[in-house]
Amino acid sequence: MGFEKFLFYVFALITLWASGMVITRKNPVHSVLFLVLAFVGSAALWVLLEAEFLGIVLVLVYVGAVMVLFLFVVMMLDVDIATLRAGFISYLPVGILIASVMAAEIFLIVGPSNFGLDAFPAPAPAGPDATNAADLGRVLYTVYLYPVEIAAVILLVAIVAAIRLTLRRRPDTKYVDPSRQVRVKKGPGRVRLVKMAAEDVAPATVGGADSNVGENS
Amino acid sequence: MIELWNALPLVIQILLKITAILLPLLAMVAYYTYAERKIIGYIQVRIGPNRVGWRGLLQPIADALKLMMKEIIIPTKADKTLFLLAPMIAIAPAMAAWAVFPFDEGLVLADINAGLLYVLALSSLGVYGIIIAGWASNSRYALLGAMRSAAQIVAYEIAMGFALVGVLVAAGSLNLGVIVEAQQGNLLTWFWLPLLPLFGVYLISGVAETNRAPFDVAEGESEIVAGFHVEYSGMAFAVFFLAEYANMILIAALTALLFMGGWLSPLPQAWTGDLWILQDGFHWLLLKTFFFMFVFLWLRATFPRYRYDQIMRLGWKVFIPITIVWILVVALAVVYRLPPWWSA
Repeated sequence: MGFEKFLFYVFALITLWASGMVITRKNPVHSVLFLVLAFVGSAALWVLLEAEFLGIVLVLVYVGAVMVLFLFVVMMLDVDIATLRAGFISYLPVGILIASVMAAEIFLIVGPSNFGLDAFPAPAPAGPDATNAADLGRVLYTVYLYPVEIAAVILLVAIVAAIRLTLRRRPDTKYVDPSRQVRVKKGPGRVRLVKMAAEDVAPATVGGADSNVGENS
Repeated sequence: MIELWNALPLVIQILLKITAILLPLLAMVAYYTYAERKIIGYIQVRIGPNRVGWRGLLQPIADALKLMMKEIIIPTKADKTLFLLAPMIAIAPAMAAWAVFPFDEGLVLADINAGLLYVLALSSLGVYGIIIAGWASNSRYALLGAMRSAAQIVAYEIAMGFALVGVLVAAGSLNLGVIVEAQQGNLLTWFWLPLLPLFGVYLISGVAETNRAPFDVAEGESEIVAGFHVEYSGMAFAVFFLAEYANMILIAALTALLFMGGWLSPLPQAWTGDLWILQDGFHWLLLKTFFFMFVFLWLRATFPRYRYDQIMRLGWKVFIPITIVWILVVALAVVYRLPPWWSA
């Protein structure tokens, strides 16, 4: 138990420190990278909670895909930090007020009085043979089938909407149609040879390397 | 010997096992670069390196020494910490993924249930090395390379993930060892046959994920010099190089494991007899891995680089629909117990 507890504190500290750095770094790219570290830290905490499926999926989805896109966008932004920081002092009182209200709310909901070993006794460790993914799947596709399906449909609608928003027809741009390219056969469809008589070239432009063709024509 | 091993503390045991995996891996990476130069040389009717050592066999060591002696140049306006961190971020997942890799029946460092997911999650982290390198270099070419790489890897990761979903539907497990066991039988019961489209998608996406030709637009020598590692020199560059080759070996080994039956022998058990070379064993896994490693080089020597929009089209519009359709097919085959793969 001792080593596990030690690991918990290590990863918890990493997560907290990284989250703090996310909101204090001046450079947005650094903030995003610290957010990645915070995700990895919380994934490690989940693994400690024997939720290895969720932990790995957190890394896979958030770190591996979502944050890559975040980084992608943030890298291209040219954020002027000075103008962003200009009103810091004047906004500070309001900010502190809202932050403390939120902190109080969070404390009321997940404070020590509602949690802890007397509210929720520690569950028995599942042992090395328990398959997290199978257990989760069994619950999701039996007890929670309708919520899962509804969430899936909502996500599908969101995907379709997002694609529709970015889809714009631009008939003036030239683009290649790969299926037409593939269909091209050897022979007349590929290259069209035109037979024409040789053009009569003016004698002055033939041998003279220095002569300016543009002027002569 | 066994008693001495058991007397060691657990941490030492694990560290020794890690060394036993990583040292051969690094040796393989070194000689993979040699094999690449030789094989591509022969394909292009040249000899390849033949000066250092017998038939150039010491060339990788000479290269490593050269790279170690070189100065690591850090651009003036580069983000120094991230610049030096990027190669490490690139190589760490390529090494860590081997933790769950089964080399033979029961011969695995960490036999975790979600092994396939773990590998997928770690291989998705490798892109950070490239993106951070591109950004921290503070160079236009490097940033362009990073951008291309990020878009490409995100696109192909989806196809790759879906191909793996097909595998886990077919095997009914996320554990890599169990996935191999599920292919038990002979050459025709391996998953490459019922999952043929996914096999193709996985292999090609693997080539794209590792930024190898013909998908190497992140480097694109003819357009953006060397892409994300244009500013790197000496060992910092060498680590990127190592990461790329380690990733290639990983993808080749995973392909062998997931689709070609891993350590299983291609012959049915009745035919193998007492000859150990025909029976299941690590040598089969090695052989299959070498074959796919060769395919990587073969592809590079054969195909010209893809154009960027063609890469995106292939990933999003061809591979992802194929995988989605085939996952449905596989699911139906599993439910209706299609023989010979799911008859039991």
